[in-house]
Amino acid sequence: MIVDIAIIAVKAFLVLFMVLNLAGVLGWVERKGSALIQDRIGANRASIFGFAGMGLVNTLVADPLKFLTKEDFIPPAGDKLLHTLAPCMALFPALVTFAVIPFGDVLILGDRVINLQVANINVGILYVFAMGSLGVYGIVIGAWASNNKFSLLGGVRGSAQMISYEVAMGLSVIGVLMVYGTLDLQEIARDQGVLIREMLPAGLAFLRPVIGWLPAWGVFLQPLAFLLFFTSAVAETKRIPFDLPEGESELVAGYHVEYSGGKFLMFFAGEFAEVVTAAGLVTTLFFGGWQVPYLMRDGFHFPWSSTWLLPHLTVVVLQVVAFTLKVFFFCWLQILLRWSVPRFRYDQVMRLGWKMMLPLALLNVAVTAVIIVAAQ
Amino acid sequence: MNAATVIFFILASLLVISSLMVVFLRRVVHCAIALVTALLLMAILFVSLQAPMVGVLQVMVYAGAIMVLFLFVIMFLNPSALEQPSAAWWGLAVVLSALLGACLVPLFSHYEPGDNPVTSTELFGSPEVLAKSLFGEFVLPFEIASVLLLVAIVGAVVLAKREHASDGAA
Amino acid sequence: MVPLNYYLILSAIVFAIGVVGVLIRRNLIVVLMSIELMLNAVNLTFIAFARQLGSMAGQVAVFFVLSVAAAEAVIGLAIIISVFRHRRTLDPQEMQLLKW
Repeated sequence: MIVDIAIIAVKAFLVLFMVLNLAGVLGWVERKGSALIQDRIGANRASIFGFAGMGLVNTLVADPLKFLTKEDFIPPAGDKLLHTLAPCMALFPALVTFAVIPFGDVLILGDRVINLQVANINVGILYVFAMGSLGVYGIVIGAWASNNKFSLLGGVRGSAQMISYEVAMGLSVIGVLMVYGTLDLQEIARDQGVLIREMLPAGLAFLRPVIGWLPAWGVFLQPLAFLLFFTSAVAETKRIPFDLPEGESELVAGYHVEYSGGKFLMFFAGEFAEVVTAAGLVTTLFFGGWQVPYLMRDGFHFPWSSTWLLPHLTVVVLQVVAFTLKVFFFCWLQILLRWSVPRFRYDQVMRLGWKMMLPLALLNVAVTAVIIVAAQ
Repeated sequence: MNAATVIFFILASLLVISSLMVVFLRRVVHCAIALVTALLLMAILFVSLQAPMVGVLQVMVYAGAIMVLFLFVIMFLNPSALEQPSAAWWGLAVVLSALLGACLVPLFSHYEPGDNPVTSTELFGSPEVLAKSLFGEFVLPFEIASVLLLVAIVGAVVLAKREHASDGAA
Repeated sequence: MVPLNYYLILSAIVFAIGVVGVLIRRNLIVVLMSIELMLNAVNLTFIAFARQLGSMAGQVAVFFVLSVAAAEAVIGLAIIISVFRHRRTLDPQEMQLLKW
């Protein structure tokens, strides 16, 4: 009993540790990566004894110190309690969502089988959406408590955008649910280890040499859902190109204009934590999660019928490393997207969410349903 | 006094405290936040009662969408004047509600469960079983509920629409 | 295993608190929020009995109460908005035109 609780506590600590550190590192990747994209040098002024470390010292040491030592300003006519509560409400859902994302298969220590997922909930995907819908509160309360018209405008825009794209996000995932038949994220990750040729019905057997050797990853089975989900996830995190709620040139930083110091750092870290969470979800639902292609629990089983057996710990390490690399890739992709694409206008954002992505998601569900029924 | 009972008492006391905050706080936004907290605690209680699907749906629908709507309306209407509490009415209402509570609580305390709860399978409350019930036995209420939601959407849009200045000719 | 009575008593207390809210608050939005609180207390009773009797009907009932509460909150707020536009107040005491 105590050992069980200790194992869960260690897993939770590891996941939180990784997410928060990754959120910090992403700040550095953003500044240096944007500098590379824009053909400039980026932040390199802060240094310790002349060691500037490619901007690492600046972003990871100087910036947090600056944020934490700034004056904590609460607008005099604003709501003091809510002003302090809003950054916590913005940061909490982004971190808590990671509790259901599996970062590995199972770790077998002696006779104890440890599932490498902090909480094994049988309604995993719904839990993710529930926490996503709680993310709206940080924006709304932060905007309201600032007693500032620009802030309120940014907050209202932001929350309307978030609830619109929640709908599209949920509907786009239904196709994935229909294909894998379960709401549990660990089961979805496991089911993506099967090769497509074992899922093909008899009628489509001619496709076997063409795509049968691919593992049944979500992106091969549901490409449209992947695009819709990725776009909605970027819109949920309110990053460019869906950046108008905190538009730096229009709304003077929108809903977090009255925040400084540690509270702004929490909003900032919350945004990067949401980037990591979105990357983790896309990885788990569409790119096999911790799956390495052809790697089963005892080793590699290649489709040309050769195997390469590996010890259990190697397999586990490979899977965790694969998950981490995939999450890095999608975080980097979101940062690249930010610095390459111009910002949408607000009515364009709303039109995209309701008039284009919602019908496309419904179409995806209908087509998936037809294919699944016809294949039986 | 095992762990489940301790957790229940903690959750129950937090739930009662946040319900009292909903009713007795002065600023409406604080009441709304207290209600969100009460809904989240309810969802945790649901999950502990082997209803994980309904609990997560409660967070997603109630705490995540309906309360956001409440907050929008509060922010737009911005009722700045604080209401004047009238002591006589507050006293009478508290007395009447204490009376209601005093009637209900003994009524429920004397409920004899009979025997232990029916041993439920591990799938009780899971999405599969809920879906089978919903689309099997209760498919008619389900369809009626969808019509109800459509009516609610249309009604809300019509009610809340701003009246444009009508032109002279009808 | 927590006995059923505890859940029923908790639900009764939350229901009574909701009734207090409806009776004494003079702000329509808070009245609506107290009604939601009462609905939630009833939901808790449904779920507790569903677990006790091993029947899914309780959870399906909560599903429907959830959707009906959503519809009711939406319409209630739309009514509040249109009333506010006309009378610029949210005090139920001011809206007594239909009283005899």
